[in-house]
Amino acid sequence: MTNDNNSSKRRNFLTNLTKVVGGIGAVFALIPFLSTMSPSEKTKMAGAPIEIDISAITPGTFKIVEWRGKPVWVVHRTPEMLNIIDGKVDYLADPESSSEMQPEYAQNKYRSVKPEFLVLLGVCTHLGCSPLYKPGENKELGLEWKGGFFCPCHGSKFDLSGRVFKGMPAGANLEVPPYYFASDTKLIVGADRAS
Amino acid sequence: MSKFVAWIDQRLPVSKFVRNHLSEYYAPKNFNFFYFFGSLALFVFILQIITGIFLTINYKPDAASAFASVEYIMRDVEWGWLIRYMHSTGASFFFIIIYLHMLRALMYGSYKKPRELLWLFGMFIFVLLMAEAFMGYLLPWGQMSYWGAQVIISLFGAIPFIGESLALWIRGDYVISDATLNRFFAFHVIALPLLLFAVIYLHIAALHTVGSNNPDGVEIKANKNPDGTPVDGIPFHPYYTVKDIFGLAVFLTIFMFVVFFMPEFGGYFLEKDNFVPADPLKTPEHIVPVWYFTPFYAILRAIPDKLGGVIAMGLAIFVLFLMPWIDRCKVKSIRYRSSTYKILLASFVISFIGLGYIGMQAPTPILTALGRTFTLIYFAFFVVLYFTSKNEKTKPVPERVTMHE
Repeated sequence: MTNDNNSSKRRNFLTNLTKVVGGIGAVFALIPFLSTMSPSEKTKMAGAPIEIDISAITPGTFKIVEWRGKPVWVVHRTPEMLNIIDGKVDYLADPESSSEMQPEYAQNKYRSVKPEFLVLLGVCTHLGCSPLYKPGENKELGLEWKGGFFCPCHGSKFDLSGRVFKGMPAGANLEVPPYYFASDTKLIVGADRAS
Repeated sequence: MSKFVAWIDQRLPVSKFVRNHLSEYYAPKNFNFFYFFGSLALFVFILQIITGIFLTINYKPDAASAFASVEYIMRDVEWGWLIRYMHSTGASFFFIIIYLHMLRALMYGSYKKPRELLWLFGMFIFVLLMAEAFMGYLLPWGQMSYWGAQVIISLFGAIPFIGESLALWIRGDYVISDATLNRFFAFHVIALPLLLFAVIYLHIAALHTVGSNNPDGVEIKANKNPDGTPVDGIPFHPYYTVKDIFGLAVFLTIFMFVVFFMPEFGGYFLEKDNFVPADPLKTPEHIVPVWYFTPFYAILRAIPDKLGGVIAMGLAIFVLFLMPWIDRCKVKSIRYRSSTYKILLASFVISFIGLGYIGMQAPTPILTALGRTFTLIYFAFFVVLYFTSKNEKTKPVPERVTMHE
């Protein structure tokens, strides 16, 4: 009888040990499978910084370039546009850009390093659509509209600094990617400074 | 022949299986119109598998050639257009059938004891089906495929802390790209169909264990003949096989009419923007998911906060899983339930359809307000039902089904 008890205890112990060790093994075996779904080395390489020639972007014009497969906007703002940004901001949700949607060097009302050049990720902070550039006044977009970016998916509005209006589906300003000016005509997007 | 059958039966009890599940499987004799949709759903599932296999033969899961390969199927492959339109129309009809199948369960209380597990398996099928349809919609690599997927995957980004890495892991890239298309193809043609097959098997196994409910919500197993068969039951074969074949014939007439004459269904089954190849740098003016997702999409848009919207949308689906425990009324069928339940269910159905409509439209202030109202009604259904169903004033339920003569 005691022998039986002993052997069933040992058997239970061994069964539980097998379950635990097997379970841990199974969890570790999952890692390579799940990891294959992460971005590959090639994809990460494609995420490297890009170079943009800004000499052709004259005041008031707008250029879209692709970085990491996302649209990056470069807007050359005119003094009038900068005046609008200096003006009334009571319809904006985050005029001071206090949420971290930009590198530190772009945390100002122009959300840029050089006020005249705005560099933004053209991806709506709501659900990732690409907003449209709509400069100038536009009655359809409301009386406050003095030009900016309008998302056609769910109607979010952003001003000429990519700052979101109040009460929009999007809760944050448009993201400023890391960038720096390598020279007066050369803009590098994807890195904070030459490394 | 009988020798051959006996030889098989000794090794695998096929005859016994046929008896247990067809010729001596007793189903209530009072099934009505709403009881067509289970077998039709099974039929469409098989149809999707078969048409899907034949599409795979010519389709290329590669961002550079996917769009062209679908056009190649449509234009150059013999009968390719038919296979493709059957598959795309099949997806929409699958959801029409499933929604009616679920409405049936809500009307006749088919999720109630002892059918809770049956309902849960059904809900898992519904969720898997939504994932299957969503991933399949990316494969043609049109503008709506691309931007629809962009919107839905960035929903995961709303989850605090892990959201962005999770979205990156799902996409396998910083945006929807070839990597995403390739994995969605793998999930759409292998992983999810296998899972669906398994859960459908469990759904039917659970059904055959407890037996079908019926429009009167009477348990036919409670009233048996001396030989042990239910008084109000009839063998599934030949009675219901014949009924289902008739239903299938009517269904196929409607289905093939759509396939032949209106496969795009005015832009609802195949959206117009999806005939333009995917362009990561240009969002279409108006992004809408396919119609069967629009009720949940409207709930997402109704909440003015991203994370809140995602939670509300998830909750709208999750709360359905809990139906067997939310509805505490012992009476199953709507025929013998209070007018409270009838009004609740009617307003739920109206809000669901209303949300579906609003989800297809571009956002305007009026539609947003209406969307919020319907969202409120949608959730109010479950809350009010939980409190009213406990002591609901019901009519007497008959001993036997009402059409037993």
